[in-house]
Amino acid sequence: MATVNVSNQMCRPFVGDAEVLELEVDTVRALINELERRFPGLGPQVEESMAVAIDGVIVQDTYLEPIGPDSEVFLIPKIAGG
Amino acid sequence: MNYLGKDVQLKVVGTRPIRPDGVEKVNGRAAFGADVAVSGMIHAKVVRSPHAHARIKSIDTSKAEAVKGVSAVITGADLPDIPSEEAFVGEGPSNFREMSHNVIARDKVLYDGHAVAAVAATSAAIAEEAARLVEVEYEVLPHVISVEEAMADGAPVLHEDMFTQGVDPKPTKASNIAKRVEFKLGDSNAAFSKADVIVERQYKTQPVHQAYIEPHACVVSYNPDGQAQIWCSSQGQFMVRAFCAKLLGMDIASIRVMPMEIGGGFGGKTLVYLEPLALALSKKSGRPVKMVMSREEVFRGSGPTSGGTINVKIGATKNGRIVAAECETILQAGAFPGSPVGPACMTAFACYDLADVTAFGYDVVSNRPKVAAYRAPGAPISTFAVESAVDELAQKLDMDPGELRLINAAKDETKAAYGPTLKNIGFVETLESAIASQHYTSDLGEAPKGKRRGRGIASGFWFNIGGESSGATYVNEDGTVTVVSGNPDIGGSRASMGMMAAEVLGIEVERVRTIVGDTASVGYSFLTGGSRVTFATGMAVTQSAEEVRDDLCRRAALIWEIDADAVEWRDGHAHPAGENAGKFDPLSLSDIAAKSGRTGGPIAAKSSINAQGAGPGYATHICDVEVDEETGHVAVLRYTAVQDVGKAIHPAYVEGQMQGGAVQGIGWALNEEYIYNKDGRLDNPGFLDYRVPVASDLPMIETVLIEVPNPRHPFGAKGVGEVPIVPPMAAVANAISSATGLRMPNLPMSPPNVRAALDAAKA
Repeated sequence: MATVNVSNQMCRPFVGDAEVLELEVDTVRALINELERRFPGLGPQVEESMAVAIDGVIVQDTYLEPIGPDSEVFLIPKIAGG
Repeated sequence: MNYLGKDVQLKVVGTRPIRPDGVEKVNGRAAFGADVAVSGMIHAKVVRSPHAHARIKSIDTSKAEAVKGVSAVITGADLPDIPSEEAFVGEGPSNFREMSHNVIARDKVLYDGHAVAAVAATSAAIAEEAARLVEVEYEVLPHVISVEEAMADGAPVLHEDMFTQGVDPKPTKASNIAKRVEFKLGDSNAAFSKADVIVERQYKTQPVHQAYIEPHACVVSYNPDGQAQIWCSSQGQFMVRAFCAKLLGMDIASIRVMPMEIGGGFGGKTLVYLEPLALALSKKSGRPVKMVMSREEVFRGSGPTSGGTINVKIGATKNGRIVAAECETILQAGAFPGSPVGPACMTAFACYDLADVTAFGYDVVSNRPKVAAYRAPGAPISTFAVESAVDELAQKLDMDPGELRLINAAKDETKAAYGPTLKNIGFVETLESAIASQHYTSDLGEAPKGKRRGRGIASGFWFNIGGESSGATYVNEDGTVTVVSGNPDIGGSRASMGMMAAEVLGIEVERVRTIVGDTASVGYSFLTGGSRVTFATGMAVTQSAEEVRDDLCRRAALIWEIDADAVEWRDGHAHPAGENAGKFDPLSLSDIAAKSGRTGGPIAAKSSINAQGAGPGYATHICDVEVDEETGHVAVLRYTAVQDVGKAIHPAYVEGQMQGGAVQGIGWALNEEYIYNKDGRLDNPGFLDYRVPVASDLPMIETVLIEVPNPRHPFGAKGVGEVPIVPPMAAVANAISSATGLRMPNLPMSPPNVRAALDAAKA
């Protein structure tokens, strides 16, 4: 199962004190759905405002990116730039 | 497919062809925003607030409207009152309602230069004269310029409906603090007990403008059928289209944006200022409207990056291992929320492998223009403080500052301070290269009498991004190729796009011409920013060229009457794949193009993607300075920028990005600042009084390109445009410290400030 770190401040209003979750998800879409199922409101928060770092590779605004069974997943704020 | 690995022989990528836009840039024929003229066009000027903070009691436009030649006058009432809606723009999170109120004020003006009305007339002179006749009655309110003033108890509050987000419990009283953010790894507070040496200091940076040479400019034509055309220079034609549609309540399909050449953006052209006003004026007057900002308007009315107050604390063991680190970053957002405080906190310690680290910060509004993105938004500010503190730590430990960084450097499998485990990064390589360089190991030489010399080193990090991009490859009838990119070219992307397509097709780059498509001629592309275009749009263009290459093989198979699988593409020609495929003379791209009609029609391919996995950028800079003890002037004697670039598609452009970023950072370090008077009015809105470095100020910036390929890009490219501005301020400050023994925690380190510090040290 993927290890999903939800310790970021942007997750806090939804997850309380939870920091790390073990989730059976194989794509970012599945991750969003599972987070929403467990913590209502967190799914849209992740989808609209956050990036997902999967094994160190930051992806954002995508459903399609695969998540491996042993992946490390971090939820972080979305990145922009100049 | 990717083109990485030692066995791959690249013929175009990695070379330095002449820039495709060079001739027309040199002979002045390149068409920028202000060069556009259309039939029946009139001109418009903006009426701007002279007050830093005031309530608008009334606006009387009658005298302006009575001026002969005036076609239309608009105020905030002419734009729709749109609801609050979150937007993600160049800088990061924003809000469309606030964007609309920034473009033109409604009930309050929030900074000197805030637009309150706009006048369109048959000439710019008449528009300017009429603009002076617009009568605005203000109720002047107390203002705040610095974050300290804005955060003080009893400070005038800019937005009475703004309550600090990110704190628990939610405040019941409105304030100028929009948001608190925090990133934490381990327990930094407890870990300081393991430190033998602790460095703790407050630093301050000034807001600085991107100082693009070309002021904002546009021509907008709104037609009676509800369709509009916009010609402008920006960092994203699709961004202009989307924001104008949102702010004017139009359908996206009703607006077509033609991207003009852009005379610099650096993040500052990821927003709209004039375009919505010109659109409203064109709609009202029934004429195409041209608007061009003066330099003064650019300074007073468009966004710089934030200034910051940063408190840093770092603890290390005697052998130089950093065991705990904390950073508090307070950033000015300008008149509306949205400073880059999040990335400032995330990047603050991103160069280092730390187990116990905390970074938190505040987004604070004040009566200044709303900030806009500027190369690696936020990172240079926090990094100036952290890299200065690391230098001070090295001094306390009596260690070489490069070696101290190497001991603590982030590498593959390091857990970044902002969370994820890092992969495919080249930071250690930049440090090792810098430390071993001739520059770093050379003698500084003897300073002339009255002057002191010193050397500084500093590092920096930026994420880089990918995102939605479109590109297309068209084979012309004669076998030349046209590539269409969805992104304005602000750093050489036409060259890099053409080179990647040429590499895939196996032809000379001179046979490929790249253009930037308008919003109706190429698929959607997110704006040019975040160092993303060579990475993301480059992937789209590469994919479209690969589709064309595959189609060329199919066409050759058709001509030869063999299976498509039996054809391979090499050196710009179709060849039979082996003995069994048959014996045929190779067909060139031109040969196949000549028969394209007979073999199925035009040969072309488009690709639209959402590119993910942009590799992060790391850089290490070395700076030598000479400080004049009498005047406080700091001369940069020598400067070297070392950077992990993934793979340089066109090395000369990459070097240009590194040199440009370094020079902008040196300006930020030594001279640039906004000077407000007691009434909150900007006193230095021009390049005479806002001093950016010019060529004669600086030596040639030396560059060292480190190539740790990004496996997610077909050629290994990483973004290169932003991280070069991250290390310079600390590199300069550390060099000044090395020269004088003084730590300069406040920017700019201008002659009067350096002289004052020298005098204080003597006293």
